[in-house]
Amino acid sequence: MSTLRALAKAQALAAGVAQPVATVRHLHLSPRPLVLVPLTMAGEANAPLAVLVGDAPDAARLLIVAQPRNRDQRFAFAAELAGVVLPYLDSFRGGTEAVAVDRGRDVRHRYVDAPQLLVPNPAGITFLRLFGRSTRFRRVDGDYPVHPSVPLLGRWLTFFAERAEHPGSSALVALTEALTLHWATGQSAVEDLHLPAVLGWIDPPPGLDGARAAARAEDPSLCPPAGPATDPDFDNRVLAPAIAAYAGAGDDEAARRSAYAELERALRGQLAPTWDLMWRGLGLLAALPPGARVEDRWARDRDAFTAHAEHVDEGGGPQPRRDGAVAAAVRLHRLERALTSYAVQRAYDDPLVMAEHRLAGEAFVGDVTLADPGRVDDTGKRPVLRPRIQVVTTEPVAVPLGATLYSPARPGQKAKVVFVTPAADGKTEVVLELSGGMGRGLTAPPGTVPEVGERLCLTTLSDGFLPAGAFPAPEETPWTHGGPPAAAPVDPAPATAPAASGPAPADGDPAEEWG
Amino acid sequence: MTSTAQRLAEIRGGKPPRRHNARTIAALTGNPGCDRRAVLDSAGADKPALAEQVGFPARFGQSRFAITRGNAFEAQVKADGGAELLRLVAERLGVDPGGPGTWTDLGADDRPGGPDQPDRAERSRAALAAAAPAARGRAHLPTGEAPTAEPQTGEAQTGDAPTSGEPAALFDHPLLSLDVAGRRVHLEPDLVAARLAGRFHVVEIKSFPVIDGQADPGKVAAAAVQSAVYVLALRELLAAEGHDPSLVSSDVVLVCPRDFANQPVASLVDVRKQLLVLRRQLDRMARVDDLLARVPANFTADPAADPDHLRRALSSVPARYAPDCLAACELAYFCRHEARAETTALGRPVREALGGVADVAEVLALAAGEHPGAPEQAEAAALLRAAARLRADALTGRPS
Ligand code: SF4
Repeated sequence: MSTLRALAKAQALAAGVAQPVATVRHLHLSPRPLVLVPLTMAGEANAPLAVLVGDAPDAARLLIVAQPRNRDQRFAFAAELAGVVLPYLDSFRGGTEAVAVDRGRDVRHRYVDAPQLLVPNPAGITFLRLFGRSTRFRRVDGDYPVHPSVPLLGRWLTFFAERAEHPGSSALVALTEALTLHWATGQSAVEDLHLPAVLGWIDPPPGLDGARAAARAEDPSLCPPAGPATDPDFDNRVLAPAIAAYAGAGDDEAARRSAYAELERALRGQLAPTWDLMWRGLGLLAALPPGARVEDRWARDRDAFTAHAEHVDEGGGPQPRRDGAVAAAVRLHRLERALTSYAVQRAYDDPLVMAEHRLAGEAFVGDVTLADPGRVDDTGKRPVLRPRIQVVTTEPVAVPLGATLYSPARPGQKAKVVFVTPAADGKTEVVLELSGGMGRGLTAPPGTVPEVGERLCLTTLSDGFLPAGAFPAPEETPWTHGGPPAAAPVDPAPATAPAASGPAPADGDPAEEWG
Repeated sequence: MTSTAQRLAEIRGGKPPRRHNARTIAALTGNPGCDRRAVLDSAGADKPALAEQVGFPARFGQSRFAITRGNAFEAQVKADGGAELLRLVAERLGVDPGGPGTWTDLGADDRPGGPDQPDRAERSRAALAAAAPAARGRAHLPTGEAPTAEPQTGEAQTGDAPTSGEPAALFDHPLLSLDVAGRRVHLEPDLVAARLAGRFHVVEIKSFPVIDGQADPGKVAAAAVQSAVYVLALRELLAAEGHDPSLVSSDVVLVCPRDFANQPVASLVDVRKQLLVLRRQLDRMARVDDLLARVPANFTADPAADPDHLRRALSSVPARYAPDCLAACELAYFCRHEARAETTALGRPVREALGGVADVAEVLALAAGEHPGAPEQAEAAALLRAAARLRADALTGRPS
């Protein structure tokens, strides 16, 4: 938690309404996202109970499992959900664009748009991940055949869940996280997991302040939880009798139909308020202008979507239960790089985020007081253009001499710190030598060198290229690294853990029970 | 009745103390610095009723689906006299069960608070003590409680432990007890104490799944604290009988459904850390007189008292609210409301990022430069002023 964000939280608490912590939107919003509000059966291992799903506020479809412990009904539900999700995904496979690769020596194609899945909270992402896990290894033949769309849905949900771990991806978004990235509420992080409370702070209903609206949102009798866990009271008083009535109807078609309708009514009543909140939250986010680098990150999501679609088209298998050691290390490395780059990009896009780095001594803002745009350094083999500027700042300057700084206004340009001199009134003068971003000649094109009077942000954060790490191929991995990553809090008996690489027999086992 | 016991009885309004179970004892470790909870728990006050009466009811409802599922899984795992359970546990510990084990249900028929509880406690004590590995086992086990010197998971216990000829013994529902705040508290644990390969292991059956070797970390953590309560109680029981307490392993066995099925899978959880925390909190509660000395003389937590009076009484004992309380203590909504102007209500990381300043209004005053703050706040004040200036700068769109 940065002090700046913490201060915003304190301000929110005092003001009774959430405070902005971003001036631009840091995620991509699809004009046609697929909103999913799932509910699970208490006590079961990710057993779906219901989902409200659709790509427009008035297009909600309710899918339910009348007997959540019945495996056939679960797979029927999975097939029904696939019937909504897969056509939605396919609708983005229309147009492609050519992208130059390998320094323009080659091109590849990617979809011009991509799907976006939205759930209320991080637990909703976990639900999709586990639902993907429980369906992607299903077989369409053998003893327990499922509809062919079921394993396909599982692979896609797994794809989205993996994307969601990628910092800066907008492919699968938990709305609470998207909202709290832009607003600080007057409540704690645990309370921020509750979508109705978060929206209560950001956009309290008339006559209520944030704290009251959030407190009201915590009362499940006034405001059902945003799932996937249900309200225990609802389970005991409404759901249990409704499920029992359905089960008890037996072969009596009329009784079954009415019991089913009653279940649907009860579940819709729990889901509909969250559905409305989802679209309301999206509207609030959509009102923010997008950050300059959002489009670029969305292109990475489009790349990933394209690649996975091709993998599926080519008959590629389901994602393994667990990554092998090399795959896990590569993935971790990629996520770390993405995290760093995402943090830098947000700072470059948003002065309010950069302010956090200024407070941490990683950036400062000052006025250009001197500029020598034509300075040429001819001490080397050939003369090079090395303009110098002097920036005066009131902020503390915590960078050492010789450090390289960057400015969001000219990301391709490096500024080397030459002198740091304390000046009057606690100000500091910083002399910088510039290189890059000024063409190839010995005169800088206009605008490429900051002019006297320009206000400039300088930072140690670089949005530049980060080299990829080198990892051995799986077959060159020493046996000491051959096992699955030991990140699990619970370590099952080794005998029950499948080998990390190679086909794990249990993976495709159609007899793997499900409830 | 001692004067302490009398005072505690008065605090809870003369009603019988609320029963503890492993979950409520485990909850004691959650916020050990909180006097309010310590005194209420020591007295065995009815916190749910209290919370209700002061207008901030707790929300710890349980879905009957979850209960049904938990019971069904437990019954399945324990079926056939625990044959499958024994196999799982032995395999996980890497030891030889030494033939079919014995199964003793120490509490099948009597319900909590039933009249025959003393008898049941006695039966548990006798059965477990008799099952403790014979004296020859003591010679090569460390004496005294030395949790850090515990053998690690899967150590070759088969090699030197006195296994031969001693078949495994499983004890279901033993009634254990612990001293909590000077009071003997009975625990009605849902556990199986398994003696095999010369040691006791606490076995807990939980119905949350382990999927691809991963379980919900929060649930595992909660199960670990609960198991630690059982380990502690079991150790005390053996120690009181003159046995070496370290005969009870600090590696507990968690049995959960695997993946999406009902197939059970056993995992080992090392609870040494939880044991230390628990021990510390119980010791603290044992000094209940120190605690009571800090509580106003007329303090009451009688749920039948007037709500206003109760609210004032509760407020007279210092609390230490943190957002974690919401998941652990029945009084959380009351304490949160009370702490609403404090930075801790926003979470510890927020408070720390605000330089440790406790009061929200004070934070804003320092940030606005309204006053310089106390000398020891100078650093925090400077940080907050800088933060406020930078925030205002960026929000008013000054170029940067
Ligand atoms: S909720 Fe209140 S009484 Fe309970 S532990 Fe937290 S601060 Fe203490």
